[in-house]
Amino acid sequence: MAGTWGRFNVVALALGFAFLYLPIVLLVIYSFNESRLVTVWAGFSTKWYVAMLNNRGLMDAAWVTARVAFLSATVATVLGTMAAVALTRYTRFRGRLLFSGIVFAPLVMPEVITGLSLLLLFVAINFDRGFATVTIAHITFSMCFVAVVVQSRLITFDRSLEEAALDLGATPVKAFFQVTLPVILPAVIAGWMLAFTLSLDDLVIASFTSGPGATTLPMKIYSQVRLGVTPEINAVSTVLIAIVAVGVVVASLANKRQDVLRQREAGGE
Amino acid sequence: MASLGSTRRTFAPWADPTAKPYIRFENVTKRFGDFTAVDDLSLTIYEREFFALLGASGCGKTTLLRMLGGFEQPTSGRIFLDGQDMKGIPPYRRPVNMMFQSYALFPHMTVEANIAFGLKQDGMPKPQIAERVARMLKLVKLEPFAKRKPHQLSGGQRQRVALARSLAKRPKVLLLDEPLGALDKKLREETQFELMDLQYELGLTFVVVTHDQEEAMTMADRIAIMDKGKVLQVATPAEVYEAPSCRFVADFVGSINTFEGSVTRAGSAACIRDRSGAEFRVADAGAAAAGDTVWLAVRPEKLRVSRERPADAENALDGEVWDIAYLGDMTVYNVKLDDGRIVKASTINSIRRLEDALTWHDRAWVSFSADAGVVLTR
Repeated sequence: MAGTWGRFNVVALALGFAFLYLPIVLLVIYSFNESRLVTVWAGFSTKWYVAMLNNRGLMDAAWVTARVAFLSATVATVLGTMAAVALTRYTRFRGRLLFSGIVFAPLVMPEVITGLSLLLLFVAINFDRGFATVTIAHITFSMCFVAVVVQSRLITFDRSLEEAALDLGATPVKAFFQVTLPVILPAVIAGWMLAFTLSLDDLVIASFTSGPGATTLPMKIYSQVRLGVTPEINAVSTVLIAIVAVGVVVASLANKRQDVLRQREAGGE
Repeated sequence: MASLGSTRRTFAPWADPTAKPYIRFENVTKRFGDFTAVDDLSLTIYEREFFALLGASGCGKTTLLRMLGGFEQPTSGRIFLDGQDMKGIPPYRRPVNMMFQSYALFPHMTVEANIAFGLKQDGMPKPQIAERVARMLKLVKLEPFAKRKPHQLSGGQRQRVALARSLAKRPKVLLLDEPLGALDKKLREETQFELMDLQYELGLTFVVVTHDQEEAMTMADRIAIMDKGKVLQVATPAEVYEAPSCRFVADFVGSINTFEGSVTRAGSAACIRDRSGAEFRVADAGAAAAGDTVWLAVRPEKLRVSRERPADAENALDGEVWDIAYLGDMTVYNVKLDDGRIVKASTINSIRRLEDALTWHDRAWVSFSADAGVVLTR
């Protein structure tokens, strides 16, 4: 079984990975290219990273993106966690189905539609588009991802922990902050990471809801590429990939560690 | 110490009409949708009592405990604690603490912090908290484990942390939900006595929920046996065992032989004819009148097994030895009567006798005296 199937598996795996990651690997390699031509290798150099750092427009866009991502991830985490708590705790309130529908709809909603509807809303209420609108739009769509991550943790959360806190004299609010939140914190952090990277990547929704002076990095990259690819863009993209990769790895490690701890607890009986 | 022991033996406030109940359930009903978990239940528990709620799962015992803790509100009826109506009082304002079945230890806190949690909520000054935590750790013999997290402890140690945490606030009443359920048999037996000593030393009222009748019998001053949301009997372990109120209780606590029959002579020195036609002489038929259908219930250890019918036997049945369970300290014989009924009899192996023991398919007599059984009317 190991012989033929093993080889087949190895090839399938290699092809799969190549399909997924070859473009990214190429992008990373060419970000270290000496030549200005994107497709011709002319030796190793980090000069495009230097150029990137000196590119005012690019750096401004990066700074906008970082602020939007940080702010929107933080607010989305608070709202998403609250939504998840409401959905797992209060299994029978009026309009629960509608509420969960509203929370989770953006997961499957085409981004173009989310972006367009937000744009229409901002125009209708005469909200000047810019930093605030992009942030609000990002909160809207990343909140549901946080809710999903946190909810999946809350489902396995032992309610009697919270009851024990109440029993020992903690008010419901104190019980949440001193017991529930610390226990589900890894999931909350994972949710924040996810929201942060989603916001970092987003082009479509940002394009719809952004205004002058609030160009995000993906928007900037996209507009520059239309004028011609420079290795500078490759360099920026590589940095972006690195940040996202670190975020994803940290989030999954946090969750994994939590799982191990929980299993050890259950198995220690 | 000896005098304390004797006071304990005479502890029976329920028999004293002037004693004031400490906890009172008054016609309490709890419904979850269509399901009635607790059905019009009234119950009184006295101060310093070790009270056990015993029943199979789903009988409503845990719901009753949770209502006392404030985690569930009764659908109707009232609960009084020390004269105060508990209606609408949330768990964090009740002078009771609960030890949860899962222990519910806070996984992100050390043993110390777990025990201190309740004291912190009360705003107790730090030095006092430290002192109380140290005392609690000593009480449950966990001093070396103060800095450990719950996942670094064994099951028995966790159980003791949960106990220390629920006792730290010195509650008037401690509620224990299957406190020994997760421990293995040996540890469970040790812990039973520890719990009893603790309860007595601290002078607390304990209300414990359990499905284990042996545990309830060992620990409790009184036991309430529950089924389908109702209390069938509240009595001391001995009363529950020797004078069960109905067939359910008789059957639930220990094992028992029941003979269905009708009363042919009522009152004391009564007679009961069972459906095979055998006449049983019964010392006291209680309230059953002649002609009533009753059940004569006899515990296995009150039956004697022998090859010959004993001359002095007031009641005797003969059959065939069908099964023998040798348990070391005692032997349980299942004797199959000629009409197919199985009668269970147990014998204490007080002398070493390896020869001439009854064996499979031997003919044997089971006999019992007129006062060995109890007559049940329902």
